[in-house]
Amino acid sequence: MREERSDMSEDEDGGGGSAKSRGGGGAPPPFSDQVLENVLENVLQFLSSRGDRNAASLVCRSWYRAEAQTRRELFIGNCYAVSPRRATERFRRVRAVVLKGKPRFADFGLIPNNWGAHFHPWVCAMAAAYPWLEKICLKRMSVADGDLSLLAYSFPNFKELSLICCEGFSTAGLAVIAEKCRHLRVLDLIEDYLEDDEDEMSDWMSRFPETTTSLESLVFDCVGSAVNFEALEALVTRSPALRRLRVNHHVSVEQLRRLMALAPQLTHLGTGSFGSAAAAIPQGGNNVVDLVNTFAASKSLVCLSGFRDVAPQYLPAIYPVCANLTSLNFSFADISAEELNPVIRHCHNLQNFWVLDTVRDEGLQAVAATCKDLRELRVFPVDPTEDSEVSVSDVGLVAISEGCRKLRSILYFCQQMTNAAVVTMSKNCQDLVVFRLCIMGRHRPDHVTEEPMDEGFGAIVMNCKKLRRLSVSGLLTDKAFAYIGKYGKLVRTLSVAFAGNSDLALRYVLEGCTKLQKLEIRDSPFGDSALLAGLHHYYNMRFLWMSSCKLSVRGCNEVAQRLPHLVVEVIRDRDEDDDGEFVEKLYMYRSLAGPRTDAPPFVKIL
Amino acid sequence: MSTDTRKSSTESEVSGLDYEETELKLGLPGGSRIGGSEPERKRGFAETVDLSLGGETCATDLGDRSTDSSDGPVSGAGRPPAAKAQVVGWPPVRSFRKNALKSCTYVKVAVDGAPYLRKVDLEMYGGYQQLLTALEDMFSCFTVRNKRLVDPVNGTEYVPTYEDKDGDWMLVGDVPWKMFVASCKRLRLMKSSEAVDLAPRTPQGSTNTK
Repeated sequence: MREERSDMSEDEDGGGGSAKSRGGGGAPPPFSDQVLENVLENVLQFLSSRGDRNAASLVCRSWYRAEAQTRRELFIGNCYAVSPRRATERFRRVRAVVLKGKPRFADFGLIPNNWGAHFHPWVCAMAAAYPWLEKICLKRMSVADGDLSLLAYSFPNFKELSLICCEGFSTAGLAVIAEKCRHLRVLDLIEDYLEDDEDEMSDWMSRFPETTTSLESLVFDCVGSAVNFEALEALVTRSPALRRLRVNHHVSVEQLRRLMALAPQLTHLGTGSFGSAAAAIPQGGNNVVDLVNTFAASKSLVCLSGFRDVAPQYLPAIYPVCANLTSLNFSFADISAEELNPVIRHCHNLQNFWVLDTVRDEGLQAVAATCKDLRELRVFPVDPTEDSEVSVSDVGLVAISEGCRKLRSILYFCQQMTNAAVVTMSKNCQDLVVFRLCIMGRHRPDHVTEEPMDEGFGAIVMNCKKLRRLSVSGLLTDKAFAYIGKYGKLVRTLSVAFAGNSDLALRYVLEGCTKLQKLEIRDSPFGDSALLAGLHHYYNMRFLWMSSCKLSVRGCNEVAQRLPHLVVEVIRDRDEDDDGEFVEKLYMYRSLAGPRTDAPPFVKIL
Repeated sequence: MSTDTRKSSTESEVSGLDYEETELKLGLPGGSRIGGSEPERKRGFAETVDLSLGGETCATDLGDRSTDSSDGPVSGAGRPPAAKAQVVGWPPVRSFRKNALKSCTYVKVAVDGAPYLRKVDLEMYGGYQQLLTALEDMFSCFTVRNKRLVDPVNGTEYVPTYEDKDGDWMLVGDVPWKMFVASCKRLRLMKSSEAVDLAPRTPQGSTNTK
């Protein structure tokens, strides 16, 4: 579970991005200035926040140089905003890199394959510039096995690799990492899509060094193929520092028990299937008793996830650890409220809870009754279609708002909602930073009053004064956006789908939301004049995505001409013709690198 | 669970292969089973579209888009097209999650006497006949005869059985196909000599592997 990285999605961007240039290096300074710079470096090395560092670098040339020399972690929010060469030339002593690629809507199939975000040019540049690199974290990048291989061979001190929502690599790449990165502490594979041919899978688990390892975290729940279990067991045995282990669904509950017995010091556990292997014949109740004892012995567990094929009879085994849990991910567990209740009743310290809507409103009521410290809730649909059954609704939302007053972040998929419930939440949960409500039926109004959902979302932006991220849904008129523009002064990320009546809606947002960084819009009736209303703001944003709206090539061209540092990409689906006036998908972002040279044929850069 | 289908099951024994006939039908026998066999009436696509005020949400070409996951070639290959047109990428659930939840229709298939397991995705088949044919292909030593799988080498008959959500072992073919898909957790091709006390159409039948 990604509670450590939850700030990846509402990140602090600071002013103007992390690699903005203000004057470059220049000639070396005179001696006394050099002393000053050395002193400055000693001070600036303590600055960790990106925003602070960006600000410091703008003071003067001297500060710029000193800051560049002392920046250890490089955060690139858009891999196309700056070239690898420029980044590595400015920041010479980097030990950790965070790199993000595709826009979020790529996760939902809106961006054709091979669009870009290739890790390759970055790993090449870093291999040359940062021999002492220790950490790499990639999100939505296209990563090839060859890139992983280059990484493994280029960085002798490499310690931490996190790949989130990446694709393009396979178990063969993992094998090289395992084998060559002898100081590896963290290998976290989170919701990646591995290319694996059934016949050509690599036994990567056997490739870790045979001596004691420094592994602290091994997360591979997204790996679709089974791993060599004996090798995994042996690895756990010789990894005394292991604290986080998340296995994939091929690991049965019997196998899990063996792993847990070898690593009672675990703090984070992904339980894999949590069901029996087909071939293993359950020994009646004995298995459950053994499992309970194993959990009871795992006194450090604070985070549980997995439960991919959970057999309900095994759920009671986790009771011993529930009181210590701060984080529980049941979002792959098809369980009912009756099955959830005895578990959740014990989870007094829970702060993060992810669950499937199979638990229904009753399940959420049980959560609200016990989890008074809840900070983040995500309710996912077991049947993610527009016309699935109602399972959670406004009732559950209200219950949560009344029971979990400290809520900061919520993602809630549902089929029906009311303005009243959303208003109630806005008043009860004043700490909300992230509010993402997905009413799955498009254009669906308040199911009681049949009104648009304007008032509900309006109340959220009005009452939740700390709100930074908002996703809207349901039937929404321009009025909702007037509210957002008027009150959403801290909103950095806004997601809009199937909403609004006219260009006014988008204008309200672009003119009102002064802190807006990331705006993603689909299937809403916004055209060129609305797009042009944001010219004053686009350089302050990381990106704008608009698909299936009412944009034309002419309007996008005008933006491209007026804002030369903006890269304006028109993306069409492969089968479409090139010469239409209508823009199906627009993705635009500020960049110091100019138009990228790796764009595929279906991307036109204006 | 399935006592209503008793009558039609005897029919299917005679015909041998028509498992579709065991499906529940609402209305008069022999009538169309398209709408009637849907246990839940879901909200139609047209109904949701009608709710839009001021209509111009540029959904012009969206209604015809085929269903999801352009980046998920592994899952659902060969799935029958969705009954209602779905929009690409909506609701916004990542394909990793969609595939993981969907794969609860993957069930393991064990064969008595064979050391290996195979997996099948039940959603890929329209009915019992297709499933049997797939099993026949998968375990190529078998041929289908009289709704049983037979090893022609030694004539051993195997009866397809399955474990349902309650942990009971049932004969495959007793319940309507959709109900079977929803409740089947794993399949076992049992030697028919051992299946004798798995009485057909008895939900609380004796279980061999409890």
